[in-house]
Amino acid sequence: MCTTCGCSDNAKVTVTNVETGETSSLDRVSSIQHAHDHHRHAAHDHTHSAHQHDHSHHTHDHHHEPHTHDHHAQGPSAHDHGQASLRPAITAVAAAHAVTVDVGRAILEKNDRLAERNRAWFEGREILALNLVSSPGAGKTSLLERTIRDLKDEIRISVIEGDQQTLNDAERIKAAGASAVQINTGTGCHLEADMIERGVAQLRPPFGALLMIENVGNLVCPALFDLGEKAKVVVLSVTEGEDKPLKYPHMFQAAQLMIISKIDLVPHVDFDIERCEALAREVHPEIQSIRLSVKSSEGLVRWYDWLRAMHRSMALDAAQ
Amino acid sequence: MHEMGITRSIVAIVAEQAAGRKVTRVTLEIGKLSAVMPDAIRFCFDVVARGSVLDGADLDIIEIPGRAHCLDCGDEVVLTGLVGRCACGSRRLERVSGEELNIKSMELETA
Repeated sequence: MCTTCGCSDNAKVTVTNVETGETSSLDRVSSIQHAHDHHRHAAHDHTHSAHQHDHSHHTHDHHHEPHTHDHHAQGPSAHDHGQASLRPAITAVAAAHAVTVDVGRAILEKNDRLAERNRAWFEGREILALNLVSSPGAGKTSLLERTIRDLKDEIRISVIEGDQQTLNDAERIKAAGASAVQINTGTGCHLEADMIERGVAQLRPPFGALLMIENVGNLVCPALFDLGEKAKVVVLSVTEGEDKPLKYPHMFQAAQLMIISKIDLVPHVDFDIERCEALAREVHPEIQSIRLSVKSSEGLVRWYDWLRAMHRSMALDAAQ
Repeated sequence: MHEMGITRSIVAIVAEQAAGRKVTRVTLEIGKLSAVMPDAIRFCFDVVARGSVLDGADLDIIEIPGRAHCLDCGDEVVLTGLVGRCACGSRRLERVSGEELNIKSMELETA
């Protein structure tokens, strides 16, 4: 917990290995605390200049020119997206005793950097990592259980389960015959790359494994946070609305594959599969679609073939 | 609400760059297609900034409209949502802006 600003609502993220029962927690406010440390030591700031330069690639010149107020007129910043016309407005509002400093940093840079590190780790070990996303209750865990039972003699499968609370899903995965860790995000509504790094350190998936990351049930935020996966797979059940691709376009644009699940229920619900697929293609023309039912087994072969093809392509990429 | 976590990242990055100096203004660039709501960031900002070097800082958000390049006719298309269509009828659009999520600048108090 952050004792300076009281940002304790960042509930603790825990990683539990259901094999060993060992639970560790992730301190995710360290960077803010680090910032507060600087604040307390403000009086000594000038002696820290070397340290400060480590972090500020775009600000070196500006630190030495406290009396120049129109920094924006000088040189392009790395993140300029052609919004040059917006610059004078910013310069004009700089107060008499203030200096404007270019920051030019992507807000999600830290997560993206960690995700790339995860991705490189997976590629080096020919591990196919898939990020499974859906609304709560679409059938991600049931699909995983069935997949593990059917493919465990063929592919080594490891699972990272994300939920706000409980170890229930990781226990189900373990019972199905795969190794699993549970990440509890507390109040967090999605998994982030650092959680995957920690989960993988616990799981140690073997060379050539299939790593299934079951994200927190949510079609919004998981689209924003890269975990280092090869592909996102979005699961949509026929008990939901067929227009979900239009309602949550970010997710359907980010996903390579859409799985339409629970198709054994089609006779009982008003879900037009063709229309759902057409809407998904409207949002994302290249999206692939597989219709299946874990209960009736219909369509599972196509899903397994898709997994095998992805798994093979990991090995081929590594060989090249 | 992912805006809370995003706001925390903003405060952490700016505080790190400010290295102890008081921050009086933060300017963000948020693309209109980025899935992040500026109002939600504003709502979170004061709370998250409290007690840090950003306490009391103004928050400016530059909203960047979605724009795409039509791969069929070459025209520029304004996107109001993630799904768009060019006047020529094509859906083959290459997005050029609207997904930004950047900290553009900060204003520091000088003695």
